[in-house]
Amino acid sequence: MSLTRDQIRRVAQLARIALPAQEADVVLERLNRVLSMIDQLQAVDTEGIEPMSHALDVVQPLRPDAVTETDQRAALQAGAPAVEDGLYLVPKVIE
Amino acid sequence: MTWEIVVGLETHAQLATRSKMFSGAATAFGAPPNAQACAVDVALPGVLPVANRAAVEMAVKFGLAVGARIHRRSVFARKNYFYPDLPKGYQISQYELPIVQGGVLAIQAGDGEKTIRLTRAHLEEDAGKSLHEDFHGMTGIDLNRAGTPLLEIVSEPELRGAKDAVAYARALHALVRWIGICDGNMQEGSFRCDANVSVRRTGDTRLGTRCEIKNLNSFRFMEQAIEFEARRQIDLLEDGGAVVQQTRLFDPERGETRAMRTKEEAHDYRYFPDPDLLPLVVAEADVEGIRASLPELPEARRQRFAAMGLGAQDARALVGARELADYFEACVAAAGAGQAKLCANWIIGELAGALNRAGLDIARSPVPAPGLAALLARVSDGTLSGKMAKEVFDAMWAGEGAADEIIARRGLRQISDAGALEKIVDDVLAKNARQVEDYRAGKDKAFNSLVGQVMKATQGKANPAQVNEILKARLAR
Repeated sequence: MSLTRDQIRRVAQLARIALPAQEADVVLERLNRVLSMIDQLQAVDTEGIEPMSHALDVVQPLRPDAVTETDQRAALQAGAPAVEDGLYLVPKVIE
Repeated sequence: MTWEIVVGLETHAQLATRSKMFSGAATAFGAPPNAQACAVDVALPGVLPVANRAAVEMAVKFGLAVGARIHRRSVFARKNYFYPDLPKGYQISQYELPIVQGGVLAIQAGDGEKTIRLTRAHLEEDAGKSLHEDFHGMTGIDLNRAGTPLLEIVSEPELRGAKDAVAYARALHALVRWIGICDGNMQEGSFRCDANVSVRRTGDTRLGTRCEIKNLNSFRFMEQAIEFEARRQIDLLEDGGAVVQQTRLFDPERGETRAMRTKEEAHDYRYFPDPDLLPLVVAEADVEGIRASLPELPEARRQRFAAMGLGAQDARALVGARELADYFEACVAAAGAGQAKLCANWIIGELAGALNRAGLDIARSPVPAPGLAALLARVSDGTLSGKMAKEVFDAMWAGEGAADEIIARRGLRQISDAGALEKIVDDVLAKNARQVEDYRAGKDKAFNSLVGQVMKATQGKANPAQVNEILKARLAR
């Protein structure tokens, strides 16, 4: 399996990564190399093996339902570029 | 040409936990902006999510209540998209392996009922809120809601039209509140629905192209939106056009759905298992513990009520909320099993009407169940006529005391003494010879006029059933 330039552009767009045209070819080649390794993995016979969703054979610990985090707005917003009335401000988005 | 409307609903029920799905921040409604958004919720680098046990238990509780399969092992996945109120750039959800699969919900359909199958229910986190009011040309972001636990419940496309969809949403709304996993507050967004609507020619087995109507936050809007949308699609197809799959919003002011501005790129959420979260495993013992803690479910209770001699509609109305069903049972317990129907009539009629007018929940009724039962005891023993009972009820509602006190104070005792009533009837007959003649000449109206005279003579205290009986007997002579 190998990718096309259009697919690379689309993936970059979905991930909001700026990808100048001259870099697209380099990225395409690198990703295709990764994909060829994945192709190798795909060739392994996995018949009868249950898929894993995680590399570790442990399960999710659960926490009790208790409020442990108090209001830290001032500290968290100290690093934000723009805030007003307790809100984070971002460039205008309209549905 | 006849058309069939096909609807499937996706419902987001906010789980009634104190803290968030993956962080220890509070979930209480109405806090100042961002006061309940901790480092995990604002997605600072290096933070890790830890799942909330109560949210998992609530999902299991729901699954058991609808008879679904509980997956002992489920997986959290990342749903990737960019929006400023989603600071991580992905929403943690479940995709291939949801915690709950299948299950059924009984809904009211016309006079009968229908069973609707559920596809799945999965755990996920809510996004934050964007405020588009003008902040110097910028958008304000409040992340208090970000990370709030949601159970997304998906139905099969088995609802046939707006009425079915509303009946399903109502049944689901009642159920999640009944089992205590969601407060069901639609104004605050605790229970919101998206409807997938398509139409097809009657008899077709393939589904038509669907449109999704987002964020229906009231039953009335849901009905209007689905009706409008189905009509729109039928008109399009009948004019030789085609339905384009898209997401639409309902505009309540105009009563119509409108396409949301479509993005240039189609949605591609690129789901993959979240490496920050390990597989979610629910132990058999935990599932059994939750099963044991389930209250008697609305469906079982409805059948039990029907077996007490109530009509199907009354039985269904009484299980609309758990508090209402509890009230009914408490009333019957005090009044006696033979009074079930009388209790139901009064609770659904007089009491529900008064609560509605006052905007009160049944849990805060000024007339408690034993008090109503005491009043109804005076109806069934013949002390009070229906009209008198209503008067006593109003006085009880106004806080004037218990039924027997009010009856004694107002001298509201129905005259049921046959001898006394016969005397009054004879007197009325003697004074109203013309009505008697009219009645005998076949004018049924004259009878009512005579009843009225007896009532007047007794200041409304005569037992109406007895008066009817005596009058008929006298006039038949």
